[in-house]
Order: sequence, then C-alpha cells, then structure tokens
Amino acid sequence: MHEVDAVAVLADPVRRDLYEFVAEAGHEVGRAEAADAVGVARTLAAFHLDKLVDAGLLEVAHRRLTGRSGPGAGRPAKVYRVAAREHLASVPPRDYRGLAMLLVEAVEAAGAEEALTAAARRVPADPGEPVEVLSGRGYRPYRDGDVIRSRNCPFRALSDEFPVLVCAANHALVGALLGGARVRLDPRPGECCVVVEDSKR
Amino acid sequence: MTEMHLAQLNVARPRAAMDDLQMAEFKAALEPINGLADAAPGFVWRLRDGFGADATSIRIADGELMVNLSVWESRDALWNFVYCSPHMDYLRRRREWFHRMAEPYQVLWWVPAGHYPAVAEAEDRLAAVRSQGPGPDAFTFRQFYPLEGFTARR
Repeated sequence: MHEVDAVAVLADPVRRDLYEFVAEAGHEVGRAEAADAVGVARTLAAFHLDKLVDAGLLEVAHRRLTGRSGPGAGRPAKVYRVAAREHLASVPPRDYRGLAMLLVEAVEAAGAEEALTAAARRVPADPGEPVEVLSGRGYRPYRDGDVIRSRNCPFRALSDEFPVLVCAANHALVGALLGGARVRLDPRPGECCVVVEDSKR
Repeated sequence: MTEMHLAQLNVARPRAAMDDLQMAEFKAALEPINGLADAAPGFVWRLRDGFGADATSIRIADGELMVNLSVWESRDALWNFVYCSPHMDYLRRRREWFHRMAEPYQVLWWVPAGHYPAVAEAEDRLAAVRSQGPGPDAFTFRQFYPLEGFTARR
C-alpha cells in the first residue's frame, strides 16, 4: 500500500476520531471503549478499527480485559494500539528524514552536539499554552501530576539511532519553544524523553 | 542451549578527581541511578570496586579512564535503563563531568548467563570494536549482533 493510501485512510472523520482516541489513550483500547468515546455503534467502530489495522495505522492484540484467566475466564478481547511503523506521505516526494539521519550522524562524528543544542535553543518561543504547543507539534502531551509528559517522539527514527544527541536537541528545543519552562529528560519506555516541569507559565 | 546475557562496557575520561567540587552532582547521582539500574527489569549484575557501592575508584588505560561494566538479560532491558529512564538526563549532561572521546567508548557482547566479565575481558572487547569495527563478538547498539544468526540489525 502506498504511503499516501495509508494516510488517506484517515480521511473518514469517524475513522480519524477513532485513531486519535487510540493514539491519545495511553493504553490498549477495546472496541467498546473506543465506540463509546467517539459516540458510534460498536459494530461501526469495529469496522473502522479493522480498516485502520489493514492500513497499518493501528496494531491489534488480544487481552482478557477482566483480568481473569483459566478455563471459563472468557475469550480474550481484541484491543488496539498505534502501530509502531511510521507512514510518511509527502507531495511532491520529500525525504527530510533521510537527510536528517545523515546530518545527525555527521554531528555525532564531528562531536558537534553543542552546536546542535545551541541551534535548538535559538528557536523562537511559542506563546501558546504548553500542552497546545506540544500537541500542535505531534508530541501527544498528557498531564501526569505536576508535570507534562509526551507519548510520542516526533523524531523516533533518529532517536532510535542517536538517542543522546537527538534527545539533547529535543530537550533544548522544547525548552526554547516553551520559553522559560523547566524541562528535564525523564522518559518512560516508548514515550518521548522530555518532561515539562512548569505546566503553567 | 545456554541462556546468553548481554554485557556492556562504557568508559569515560573524568574532567576532575571524584572528590573535586566539579564532580559533586555526578557523585550525588551515583546512588540513586545505580539503585534504578539494580531495580530495572532485566538487570543482572554490575561491577563494584573494593568499597562496594560502585566502580568509580577503578581506572584503566594508565589511570585515564573510568569504567562502567554491567550485564543485562536483553538489549531492550539495557536500552530501557540507559535511554528511557532518569539516567538519560545524566547522559545529556555528561560533558559537565567527562571529556569528549573521539574513539568508540561503548561496547556490547554476549556472555553465558552467570558469567560476570572481568575488566580485562571488557577491555579486549572494546579494543576489538575500536580496531575492527562491530562484529559478532563485540558490537554496539547501532550495529547490533543478535544471537540468532549474526546479521547486523540497524
């Protein structure tokens, strides 16, 4: 399936809402929960969720939602989560990711991490509400007590290869964007590394 | 088939003596961060010196380099501790306490479960990565050699 086809699957508004709900949930989502959250019938939700799986945007697993096990515990239910694979569609074709990988490799080889973080610190602050600013940039932020964490790493393919360099740059970038907010690196496995300590400015 | 675990060594050149004021925040972080490692899923063992808490009194390369040597159940277990925990912020700040190193400073290799490598063995693995590049006997996260088959996974 061409990347544009995968992304185009999100054109349907109900499908889009279901995908967004699963992406923001922070846990594997069952059909009933998704249907109720989005406000559609369970059979319609199931239809759309499976279309999202076919397109490679969601993954499916089977879990016993009640926590019971053994004979008589019931059949495991289908649950959905965001697919690990990324889908990048650009028209006309662009490959910023490919160049970014070379640039990050060059920065590391040259020992130029400081130049990268300095450039990130020069990014102008966005005056919006921190959660809105991060949300607009794809971090998928959520409040966790006094701090803001983020479920998604916008630079995932790069951070998998060069974690310290990319996360240091991300730390500097988020600090600059949220001009004045205190930011530290304290990731949970699978999540973005950046934690924003001052959720109010 | 023997269960295999993943050993890792990383070395670093400190900017000052451990009791120097410049190293104070690094020194203060040792106990909590090592405690996180000890409690991390898949952690097996880490090198400690004669004083028992950590390996910070050990030096190699004519006294120039400090070492960090540990064993884990899997790549994911090690990755999650190193890059997906509060340890990450200390990695980000490493230049405050350690000089930049141009040559490779980290190496991974497979050991039989229950084998705790000595520093000399770890030094040999690092030398291999430095002179020959990553291979099945000594490799890196970026050029990783999993157990089944020996094809590098990026």
